Amino acid sequence: MMATETARQENSYQEAFRALQETQSDPHVSWLARLRENAMARFEELGFPSVKDEEWKYTNVAPIARAAFAPRLVAAAAGSSDAEKLASFSVVEAETSQLVFVNGLLRDDLSALTALPREVVALDLSQAIADERYSEIVRRHLAREADYVAHGFIALNTAFISGGAFVYIPQGVVLTTPIHLLFISEGNQTASFPRVLVVAEANCSATLIESYVSTHDDTYFTNAVVEIVLEEGARLEHYKVQRESAEAFHVATTVADLGANSSYDSTAITFGAALSRHDINVTMDHEGAECWVDGLYLVTSTQHTDTHSVIDHRKPHCTSHQLYKGILDGKSRAVFNGKIFVRHDAQKTDAMQTNKNLLLSNEARVDTKPQLEILADDVKCAHGAAVGQIDEDELFYLETRGLHYDLARNLLTYGFAEEVIGKIKIESIRAQLDEAVLNRLNARLEA
Amino acid sequence: MLEIKNLYAGIDGNEILKGINLTVRKGEIHAIMGPNGSGKSTLAKVLSGHPAYQVTKGEVLYEGKSLLEMPPDERAREGVFMAFQYPIEVPGVSNAQFLRLAYNEKRKHLGEEELDPLEFKDLLRERAKVVEMDASFMSRSVNEGFSGGEKKRNEILQMAVLEPRLAILDETDSGLDIDALRIVAGGVNQLHNSENAVILVTHYQRLLDYIVPQFVHVLANGRIAKEGGKELALELEQKGYDWLKTTAPENGVVGAQTN
Repeated sequence: MMATETARQENSYQEAFRALQETQSDPHVSWLARLRENAMARFEELGFPSVKDEEWKYTNVAPIARAAFAPRLVAAAAGSSDAEKLASFSVVEAETSQLVFVNGLLRDDLSALTALPREVVALDLSQAIADERYSEIVRRHLAREADYVAHGFIALNTAFISGGAFVYIPQGVVLTTPIHLLFISEGNQTASFPRVLVVAEANCSATLIESYVSTHDDTYFTNAVVEIVLEEGARLEHYKVQRESAEAFHVATTVADLGANSSYDSTAITFGAALSRHDINVTMDHEGAECWVDGLYLVTSTQHTDTHSVIDHRKPHCTSHQLYKGILDGKSRAVFNGKIFVRHDAQKTDAMQTNKNLLLSNEARVDTKPQLEILADDVKCAHGAAVGQIDEDELFYLETRGLHYDLARNLLTYGFAEEVIGKIKIESIRAQLDEAVLNRLNARLEA
Repeated sequence: MLEIKNLYAGIDGNEILKGINLTVRKGEIHAIMGPNGSGKSTLAKVLSGHPAYQVTKGEVLYEGKSLLEMPPDERAREGVFMAFQYPIEVPGVSNAQFLRLAYNEKRKHLGEEELDPLEFKDLLRERAKVVEMDASFMSRSVNEGFSGGEKKRNEILQMAVLEPRLAILDETDSGLDIDALRIVAGGVNQLHNSENAVILVTHYQRLLDYIVPQFVHVLANGRIAKEGGKELALELEQKGYDWLKTTAPENGVVGAQTN
């Protein structure tokens, strides 16, 4: 019974896959067709991960395998995305430096890039591949760090690479305007496969916002893969804001490859989706790199969210900081699995990892597993995890200042989230998230 | 304003207060002194409604209403304030945000219009002068990373914003250097007037050089062992708390109230 179900689902992806291969058989990009072919073949072998897989022990993706999600291979017609809603998804600081995708496919009519200097490229991925100025760069980096051979979801995403975003910041460019990649999902039962490649050349500096939203409370599946390459001395601030529909499934992989003395500052915010999973893997294979891999997940009702991170220290003198905070209400469930590897050569590594969870209900549950594997001997590493409830002393203190019990609780919860939200340097996102946290808490507090 | 009648209270089944009687009228400043373990901090916590303490007997009337029946937040909105001995840190919540929220909760309770952030900023700037706090404290998280003295000043700032009718200061002088003590005491003196009352809970006479009480009550073993005017504190300072053991009746029975 199980087997036939699974087979049927794979067939439905295969059908769309064949259609994609037929419509996009440009001989100039035969390497891409081959890549997709290999990835699809690999996906057919791997299938979706099961809970028997250690990395998926607490997250059951059988509902994704069972559902009849179908990818859209042609961008929706202009006007089908609610313009008013779109405005509410925009980030003021990036209104003229945004690429808007509907169901994973770029919509030129909703995008605007006038704020970007000419040398900075933010382009549809398939256009970049077809453009001889960029095709070589794309080919060199695409699917190099995101390993489709080992991971089913990455394989499926890779099989459906067509649209997506290519972001290229040339050497030495200091970009003050953030680039916003806005992924909107529309319609029930759609599957979308956002694919992003960011190449930041030596000593450049940029900010990237990646957000996921939906126009309606639809049931759909987002399977995103973001590959980031930072060359020597490059600096990237990266915000991932996941506010999918409460019925959605969101699986995303972020891989970042850090050059010497580069700096990668990532903040992942998770509010949405019935089931979400984020894998973030940072590889530090050159000396002197530094990264921040932070996040906040705030879930309620029966939401399930899972974060798996790998920070791989391979070379000396690299520093990593990680702070993930979780707020769980209702019967929600969260998983945090953070691995830090300090390889043999990675002397003078400084690695710090913290995962703190706040349970607002007795029925919420979190499984947290920070893991540290150290093979070098001259390193400074610390990690810890905590699961707790609202602090009674803090609560009493606020009550003695006249705050009702509920308000005091909400204020403390908000304060807990602030440690992550407060580090966000883009004001409108910070304000939006503050508001979202407070809405979730049914509180009304302004700064 | 406050009438404590035969109050018995404790924590985890241990009786600490064993029959406290105390009356405080508006315009008065009372000092509650006593050796460690005499119950003075317990009294402060019971008055502010700390959930860990149980009242087993007696009653407390505040403006004629039963204080013990009110939850802590209602006591606060009704005008009772306690400055904590160890003020709590509230990460992620700015001082200004917290104070405005508390201030507006009280305004709402009194049926008054709430202040918007700008209006409140002006008020806060004005009140902060009472404890000589500069604006940088307003954007920082409540008490987080504050020194001992800054935390105590922040307590008095909260008092300045909330304008309580009855302020209970629990060991506010502990851990303060002389400059901070002067600022904190100066703040309390500025805020005290003929319409409100202050209860100072303290181990040492030192604070009373700066905030002069009309009445001094000395606790021992959960009861008021001795009462008098401000000179009693000086006498205690000279003779030490051991002196109580020789002068106080064994069962701590106290005669007439001081007021």
